[in-house]
Amino acid sequence: MQWNSFSDFVQMGGYAFYVWGSFGACALGMLLELWLLKRRRQTILTRLSGQEHLQ
Amino acid sequence: MSRSLVNWFKYASPASFYPLAGRMIPYFAAAAAVLGLAGLWIGLLVAPTDAQQGEGYRIIFVHVPASWMSMFVYCVMAFWSALGLAFKTRLSGMMTAALAPTGALFAFLSLWTGALWGKPMWGAWWVWDARLTSQLILFFLYLGFIALQSSIDDPRRADKAGALLALVGVINVPIIYFSVQWWNTLHQGASVSMTKAPSMAHTMLAGMLLMALAFWAYTIAVALARVRCIMLERELSSEWVKRNATE
Repeated sequence: MQWNSFSDFVQMGGYAFYVWGSFGACALGMLLELWLLKRRRQTILTRLSGQEHLQ
Repeated sequence: MSRSLVNWFKYASPASFYPLAGRMIPYFAAAAAVLGLAGLWIGLLVAPTDAQQGEGYRIIFVHVPASWMSMFVYCVMAFWSALGLAFKTRLSGMMTAALAPTGALFAFLSLWTGALWGKPMWGAWWVWDARLTSQLILFFLYLGFIALQSSIDDPRRADKAGALLALVGVINVPIIYFSVQWWNTLHQGASVSMTKAPSMAHTMLAGMLLMALAFWAYTIAVALARVRCIMLERELSSEWVKRNATE
């Protein structure tokens, strides 16, 4: 383990903004993609079940 | 015709690929989660401080995997495009379209994390150096592909136009990769290459490779999930959709 304390870990040796800005953007981007994908699937499944009702 | 070739073409039809893709997604999603957690653990907690860059170097654990994936995904898109133009298989165009948004995301993340790394180390968020510029072009190629496809209503024609753009644009990928050798760039050379031993500590390398594998598994899971959406959207009225949609 590289860190003496949790606050050491958070501060990242003074690079907190850059390091967490990078990791955070990646997490955010992937979560956003997963959410959009889920919504896309939900939309199409709703349309499909609508079709069934018409028949 | 050999048996394996017959099986291959069987899965080239959306009706049989749809359920297969659905069964594969959980495995790749689980692999992405496990590899990602292991990579984060090693990258953020175990890997030693860098002698020159202090803790700031830890950006490498997302920057390099995102950059690799952005280039690799574009190559895969070019591969599917060539296949689609040669054999006119419907699945090829769908796979290409399914990969593009994820590739665009990784190209953006590569530029974003690169800017956040460049500022403390070089003193600039952005420089017009060969590596950064060619990577920006890759991002625009992804956006161009997505815009082109969504501007054409007929899916067959959209696939064809997109395939051409993907094939022409793939020229840019070796340019990005070799830019640090061909031109005098501010961007550092490759830390990991196929020709010489990696110039980094073993734990750093392990963390980076684990993160790269995690991004790779994530990409496959997401692309498979998206290709299933595309299949349903394009073939709404066909019989197999009505049978399979609820699975």
